[in-house]
Amino acid sequence: MLTILFDGIAYGMLLFILAVGLAVTMGLMNFINLAHGAFAMLGGYITVLLMQRFDVPFLLCLPAAFIGMALLGAALERTLYRPMYKKSHLDQVLFSIGLTFMAVAGMTYFMSSSQQIIQLPEWLKGRTELGEGAWTLGMGHYRIFIIVVCAALTLGLQYVLARTCFGSCLRASVDDQRVAAGLGINVNLVFLATFSVGSGLAGLGGAMGAEVLGLDPSFPLKYMIYFLIVVAVGGTSSLTGPLLAALLLGIADVAGKYYIPKMGAFIVYSLMIMILIWRPQGLFVRKGGK
Amino acid sequence: MKQSAQASLLRSSRLKLWEPAFWLIAMASPWLLSSQALIINEIAIVALFAISLDMILGYTGIVSLGHAAFLGMGAYSAALFAKLVMPDPLVGLLFAMFVSSLLGAICSLMILRGSDLTRLMVTLAMSLILMELANKLDWLTGGTDGLQGVVMGPLLGRFEFDLWGKTAASYSLSVTLLLFIQMRRLVNSPFGATLMAIRDNRLRAMAIGIPVNLRLATIYIFSAGIAGAAGALLAQTSAFASLDVFAFDRSADILLILVIGGAGWLYGGITGAIVFKLMQDILSSITPQYWTFWVGLFLVILVLAGRERLIRPWTWFGGTSHK
Repeated sequence: MLTILFDGIAYGMLLFILAVGLAVTMGLMNFINLAHGAFAMLGGYITVLLMQRFDVPFLLCLPAAFIGMALLGAALERTLYRPMYKKSHLDQVLFSIGLTFMAVAGMTYFMSSSQQIIQLPEWLKGRTELGEGAWTLGMGHYRIFIIVVCAALTLGLQYVLARTCFGSCLRASVDDQRVAAGLGINVNLVFLATFSVGSGLAGLGGAMGAEVLGLDPSFPLKYMIYFLIVVAVGGTSSLTGPLLAALLLGIADVAGKYYIPKMGAFIVYSLMIMILIWRPQGLFVRKGGK
Repeated sequence: MKQSAQASLLRSSRLKLWEPAFWLIAMASPWLLSSQALIINEIAIVALFAISLDMILGYTGIVSLGHAAFLGMGAYSAALFAKLVMPDPLVGLLFAMFVSSLLGAICSLMILRGSDLTRLMVTLAMSLILMELANKLDWLTGGTDGLQGVVMGPLLGRFEFDLWGKTAASYSLSVTLLLFIQMRRLVNSPFGATLMAIRDNRLRAMAIGIPVNLRLATIYIFSAGIAGAAGALLAQTSAFASLDVFAFDRSADILLILVIGGAGWLYGGITGAIVFKLMQDILSSITPQYWTFWVGLFLVILVLAGRERLIRPWTWFGGTSHK
């Protein structure tokens, strides 16, 4: 039981890292980016390629995935995404679905449609058990690693957002873009940086999640709904919202699959619809925000 | 003032000369191009599905990523009805429309609240839940193998469904035409005008006394029923229903079709369906596995260039598009 809780938390943390970029871009630019999962998938493939073809150690691959996707995100933001901000939601949805389709078909072409396997280093493979009986807590070392890294990232993001100058610029732009621009904040630059970091985090999440979630070209379509759930349920105005939503989703999903395997993904979707009927703007919304 | 407004409204709803001609050619096409009857059948079904989405997307402005839920519901209920109750296609069609309208009524409660994002999520999740259900209830639906062993009775007790799809194509075309006339009447009625008012400015529509939520729910249920009819045609003419009717690709494809043809225009869905199906046929014969890449590329370019301009060729070289 504790093991399930633990796995659920690890899963949730991973989902949070994957989805946080989406939450920020959606809150910041009111842009529905369904292609976010494609960034995560590309990050995963960068890791796989580096490890298989060039024997780069796993720990070095993670920052590589982050940097690679951040650069790609920045490039795409400048060229393709910027004209999209002012268009209608339908246009944005179509555009990002198009990008996703291209990524999926492209990856199938270059990497074949089979599942990719990541060789973890030895020290991440084991498993530690604490306690006994019904309260046994079995912790896979890789799960611990995920939780530690994601928690560190979350704290870092929270620090940047709450304490630094950039963070206050970002929050100002989210709250009211026009006034922020009027106060001399370079909103375009804030957008660019945020989009790039968000894509980078997605890449990192994809790289770390390749072992847990599985990695094949249909990844963006399979997990898109999960990212969207995190954002829709958590709201886009803070970090805590998506974090709690991701943890809730992770635990519900793992527990649901363990206890009632017949119901499968059913529980998650029903839970989400329930929450959205109850609080259409998301569970955790700040009063007075946009 | 009132007179001229009425006149202009009536003029826009008047039957154009080319419309009967178009439908005559369409109805004759299974005989003229009898070797292509199967693809004509598919086009008719997809066109019907696209127009049903247009009812809520183009005319009312509800963004939906899960319209395949109703297509699938119609397909499965028609196939099950034929298998378990009676094989008559017309009764099955009515039953399927009824069931999907019922589903639409349930879903309409969920789309009334929240933002665009919430609606996207709820509609998407709905189709995924149904897919999961159809997968897990394998004693009823056959699970991932699809629902097999559906035997359709002859149409009107006379016309058998043959292998070449001539009956099927005529059947689908007739149903599409009948429902199309119904929808044409609907969007040109005062009811249709209130829908467009809601799309353009919901707050103002509410202020002039349009019962917004009731209208939204009504059109959603109506659209669900039509999509269910399309699903029923799909299942009946192929005597098969499989899980992929619920798939996300379906909902995405149908959005694309509507966008190619132009949303908010009844013939948009039909044009889009013809172009899309022919494109799919050609592209997938060149690159069978990767044709989604080209679909994606097409979508990206389309949106970047502005999708209003696709159906208005005269704006292609004029610089700015005038909407």
